[in-house]
Amino acid sequence: MDFGLNEQQEMMQTLARDFLAGEYPNKVLKAMVKDEKGCAPELWEKMAEMNLMGLSLPEEYGGVGDFLDLIVVLEEMGRVCFLGPYFSTVAVGAAAIMAGGNKEQREKYLPDIASGKANVTLALTERKVEYEADALQTMTISRGGYFVINGTKLFVPDAQAADFIICAARTGESNGGGDGTTLIIVDRNEPGITMRPLKTVSGEKLYEVIFENVKSSARNVLGEVNHGWRIVEKVLQRANVARCAEMVGLAQQSLNMTLDYAKERIAFGHPIGAFQAIQHRCADMLIDVEGSRFATYQAAWRLNEGLDAAKEAAAAKAWVSRACRRVMTSAHQVHGAIGFTEDHLLHYYTKRALACEFSYGGNDVQLAKLAALYK
Amino acid sequence: MDFRFSPEEEAFRQEVAALLEREVPAEYRRKRMTFFDMSAQHDWIQVHRYIAERLGEKGWLSLHWPEEYGGRGLSPFYRLILREELARYHSPGYDSIGCGIVAPAILLKGSEEQKNQYLPGIAAGKVMWCETLSEPNHGSDLAAAEVFAKEETDCFVVNGQKIWTTNGHFADWNALIARTDRAANPNYRGLTFFLLDMKTPGITVNPIVNMAGHHEFNEVFFEDVRIPKENIVGGLNKGFYVVMSLLDYERTTDTVYAIAGTYINDLAEYARQNNLFTPVLENKLAQLRADCEVSRLLHYRVAWMQSKGMVPNYESAMSKLYSFELHQRVSEFGMDLAGQYSQLVEGSPRVPMFGRIPSCYLRSFGYSLEQGTSEIDRDVIAQRGLGLPRLR
Repeated sequence: MDFGLNEQQEMMQTLARDFLAGEYPNKVLKAMVKDEKGCAPELWEKMAEMNLMGLSLPEEYGGVGDFLDLIVVLEEMGRVCFLGPYFSTVAVGAAAIMAGGNKEQREKYLPDIASGKANVTLALTERKVEYEADALQTMTISRGGYFVINGTKLFVPDAQAADFIICAARTGESNGGGDGTTLIIVDRNEPGITMRPLKTVSGEKLYEVIFENVKSSARNVLGEVNHGWRIVEKVLQRANVARCAEMVGLAQQSLNMTLDYAKERIAFGHPIGAFQAIQHRCADMLIDVEGSRFATYQAAWRLNEGLDAAKEAAAAKAWVSRACRRVMTSAHQVHGAIGFTEDHLLHYYTKRALACEFSYGGNDVQLAKLAALYK
Repeated sequence: MDFRFSPEEEAFRQEVAALLEREVPAEYRRKRMTFFDMSAQHDWIQVHRYIAERLGEKGWLSLHWPEEYGGRGLSPFYRLILREELARYHSPGYDSIGCGIVAPAILLKGSEEQKNQYLPGIAAGKVMWCETLSEPNHGSDLAAAEVFAKEETDCFVVNGQKIWTTNGHFADWNALIARTDRAANPNYRGLTFFLLDMKTPGITVNPIVNMAGHHEFNEVFFEDVRIPKENIVGGLNKGFYVVMSLLDYERTTDTVYAIAGTYINDLAEYARQNNLFTPVLENKLAQLRADCEVSRLLHYRVAWMQSKGMVPNYESAMSKLYSFELHQRVSEFGMDLAGQYSQLVEGSPRVPMFGRIPSCYLRSFGYSLEQGTSEIDRDVIAQRGLGLPRLR
């Protein structure tokens, strides 16, 4: 048993922490929240130079490190409340191509992703936001060497910044087991694609993406026709654990800010941190932060080792998203009125944590998955 | 024991409902926003003033005041009914500072001249008030206030900064706590309660926007602001006692339980319209409904005590604490209910309930901070209600 980071992971942590401290100060965060695309090109180039986009991809495609390295970096991104198309491209899009892509597809897309030249996002959910194959209504039909897609995808992350969209669509009858669905990569510039930004409290860039007779070559199908959901399930597990890592960073930083404040702020003649009411809250926050961290690490480690992680991933996401809400609530409570204002940084963390929680299936979705595993 | 309202009270409720039905703009009822969520109400102040005057014309803002000051000497249940109906109609119009704090302060501790000068404007719904108690370094610790009022021959001259002033940008008048004796020991014996015209030269009001994006409160700066001596309520250096007797009034803010009850019904309606019902959801909804019921009863108990001439104390803290934290749970439930959609803000495609869900949730972080933090309320309940010892 070893709960610690290894040398390489520690190096990644330091590297990412230093880089983000220098390149992602609070003013960049504030700008990113308001920015339409939520992507600063210069920052993106520097991140590519550090090979952050290649994290957890095989070396042959220009990648470096493994899933745990990515987890370490995402935790650091959480600490600075990082916004940008990194998660959607690296933790989800690239993971989907790795999970389902053939040699030709991997060679076509992954090196460009690893070098920061291309962004890719997964268009999964629809009007009834469910993370079940049966919920898919977007249709694609095979016509000659092409598939023609029709339907509306919702909550597609960073669609505007993506060069390619991986669309989950229905190609056959639903059988309740996930069959009848297909994943297909679509060039974002293909005629028939319309995007509408959905405006969010956190500045998370989510889009409604409408496909109207959008064509994509049959060669762009990821995995097998009608069996796309198996890939989605693998990707969802990774995405959720990766989201947990981000929430761990968000929660840790909120706790740090809170402790600093509790030591400085004087009321009734004492630093407020001297009052039991505040101490008990902070103690509970630490349990939530460290509980979140180890639940995340365990699930991530299992995925990295190629072990089954269905239970651990669902439990982690369900627990971490609740723990994160508790941490944010306590952080605000200890900060008092100052943390309730737009001028303070705390609200960015609170809102960002919600964006992480809801994406790829929130608490209820994960609990249902977990319950099913125990049935 | 009798948990019914009297026939007269029921009739009054009908009368209030009829007026609101007529006067509250349709847009307000459609969007179902409240004071606790001003996000979509750009004309809030106009509507507030309009409704306040309508209520004032009816004499409904002073129902439980003594008759000699324009009231009707009715039980506090009338005020409670009025505010329940305002919540049900999503209507502003009740200046909770003027009616809920300043009027009781003047009635309790004010001079005859003050009663005659200030009460009619509040009763008529024509004069809007703010209070400046908190300071940047002193939130819940009111006794440590530093804003200083220096005595001169005919007036006091105030300098310093206050913060978290709700409605400071709208208010005509201000209830100010300032230090008049720096040497007082203990420090709360050096505070004085002033009534201050916001048009007095030297006052600057700067907005503070909360994390839900609403402009509700402000910082207020005083630079050589002159207040006539006759504007002191309760005597020089006696301000802390005035405020302490008032906090029990403020802690009975009669709306939050009613707003929570209205909101939970609206969320249930949203769930029905979108076919979201599951056994888990029904369970949560039922739990929150039970919580709303209990919250209502805790408030009714306080009103009942007042109607019997008792002075509620920790009982008010209990009803305030429970209803404010209940509203936080209801707001949080709204987020779970709408899932991904709960991140969407007003003006976005696909936004449910005009963006009310995230707006209420983010606003709700303030509930356990305002009017004394939840920690202070729990201290009050533990020490005054349960007789537990104080450590500090």
